[in-house]
Amino acid sequence: MNQHLLFDRIDEPGLNTIPVYEKRGGYGAMRRALAMPPAAIIEEIKQSSLRGRGGAGFQMGQKASFLPQGEMAKYLVCNADESEPGTFKDRELMQKCPHMLIEGIVITTFGTGIHHAFIYIRGEYQLQAQILEAAIAEAEAAGYLGENILGSGHSLKLVLHRGAGAYICGEETGLLDSLEGKRGNPRLKPPFPAIEGLYAGPTLVNNVETLSTVPTIINMGGAEYAKIGTEGSAGTKLISVSGDVQRPGNYEIELGIPSREIIYGLCGGPRPGREVKMWFPGGSSSPVLLAEDLDLPYDFDTLAKAGSMLGSGAIIVVDDSHSALEVARKVTKFYSHESCGKCVPCREGTNWTHKMFARIESGEATPMDLDIVASVQNQIMGNCLCVLGDAMAMPIASIVAKFRAELEAEIEAARERANALPLATLPQAIPVGAH
Amino acid sequence: MSSLDRRPPVRRYEHGSRVPGWDEAVDLTKPPATVPDPALTPVPQELRERIEQLMAQYPNPKSASIPALHLAQEHHGWCSPEAIAQVACVMRLTPAYLTSVASFYDMFALTPKPKHDVYVCTNITCSLLGADEFYEHMCAAAHGHADIGVRGFECLGACDIGPMASVNGEYVGPLNEDDAQRIVEDLEAGRPVLEHKQLRHRAVADPRGRVAEWSGIDPVGQEGSA
Repeated sequence: MNQHLLFDRIDEPGLNTIPVYEKRGGYGAMRRALAMPPAAIIEEIKQSSLRGRGGAGFQMGQKASFLPQGEMAKYLVCNADESEPGTFKDRELMQKCPHMLIEGIVITTFGTGIHHAFIYIRGEYQLQAQILEAAIAEAEAAGYLGENILGSGHSLKLVLHRGAGAYICGEETGLLDSLEGKRGNPRLKPPFPAIEGLYAGPTLVNNVETLSTVPTIINMGGAEYAKIGTEGSAGTKLISVSGDVQRPGNYEIELGIPSREIIYGLCGGPRPGREVKMWFPGGSSSPVLLAEDLDLPYDFDTLAKAGSMLGSGAIIVVDDSHSALEVARKVTKFYSHESCGKCVPCREGTNWTHKMFARIESGEATPMDLDIVASVQNQIMGNCLCVLGDAMAMPIASIVAKFRAELEAEIEAARERANALPLATLPQAIPVGAH
Repeated sequence: MSSLDRRPPVRRYEHGSRVPGWDEAVDLTKPPATVPDPALTPVPQELRERIEQLMAQYPNPKSASIPALHLAQEHHGWCSPEAIAQVACVMRLTPAYLTSVASFYDMFALTPKPKHDVYVCTNITCSLLGADEFYEHMCAAAHGHADIGVRGFECLGACDIGPMASVNGEYVGPLNEDDAQRIVEDLEAGRPVLEHKQLRHRAVADPRGRVAEWSGIDPVGQEGSA
């Protein structure tokens, strides 16, 4: 049986208000935590081995312990700029249970000695921003935010900050620049935000789902929480399943269940008569997996071993009615639009990759173009300040490698449509890098 | 004949460049604009007060630039030079700085925009489900309605209701071609847009997240699932 911690009866009407939230024990974890020594809270989170739910999967307790101790201007930033294509889990959490997030923020800031927190929500989420705004006002009125919360001596100012439509602001340092009122360009790391982040102060950046899990961890105890899921991937995870499945949407699963159970069991699989052709296990930035990978357990380590990643937990299913070229073009178009332009490999690499797929469609390409696409991806990866370029390079490299034959057939067919010379009549090209 | 010969000519803007707006950046004959003089820049009282409230929320008031631009765009309809000058005046920043910020983000319009925004998601999931076709239908339906602006947009974070659109911030989906006309009619009549397809009324897909009291929309095909 799957454990349900975040999504338990989340549709309950009025759950976005304090009375209904408290009726089910809401803010109880906060009261308990405020009576604990702050270090014990971080210890519980460490014991839970909760990994960040935003995409990178870094252990939250470890990240929190990187913050310098003592009184200074430190900040917590909740990353609610959910923009990874395929991801929409934080939207549901913020819309239906905003107080769980606020409670998690209060507990985390108490544990780390932070008195100023921000929620950076993407500009397009207007309904969710309104709901959060109202929830923050309600929590302030109830004395759960502000000065000396419930007599504990802990003070916290929580500000909701709306973005204005830029994927790059989901990258933590791009987000910090945007929050400082600048263009959202990522920063050189190190220094990492935990040492030098917002306004050059130590900053803890966490995803909505990660922070929303904190009250559960305090309630259950970190050691107990770590028993859910697998050894390297503790707990439950919200997953957003979309694309060619019959029941798309958000689900909460225990990490480690077979991927087939998610795609076919929970979501009903593709429409009758269709088969899974490929699937992105963790948003459009993750290398694609095939139908034969459906039996892999869905957890951080297994997917990493399979050459992909769990990322934000967004599964996009593509069935056999779509071509690999179509998928690749959409993915590259997105990243070339969203590249902030700061690093050359990403700015040029995303743009040229998109143009090269357009060349395939217009019948100008030869199979050598696929080698060039692959080599461009190689030169993006690891060569930029942030991973936006990598986020295109990883899925594209995997699509080119796994669907090479189909793409070559596509090249040939497009050449025929365009009346270009058949490939067989062209002089043998020298492969890239063979000189 | 090879395909290269039949390639369409490179599209260029009137000024000869393939890059839009390259000639708008600066007028080198003028000195750079400085922080606007409050005596010469009238700012509507309400806008000034709301921007000042925003600035007070942050340790560094400059952080308020994006929320302040949102307010100014709401007030003026777009981020006009006048709107930017007013924000610059209140925040004591240069108009150039705010323009550089506004031009980075998709939701700020630096040219006049129609009153109603229809963002049609054309990213990966929605396009697998037919968003590109819906976008064509939407453009056709809005044709001739000067106050409706249709834009293809990157992932809006609602792939569960794909193909979807954000109409003045209200998420609606899944959409079919008939809905394009309905959206235009609802906007023209000033009604809530496609109320039976609004995301805010939709139940969570996870069966155990759901309750009997939920009066909204059941996710499609969800009935009878475990």
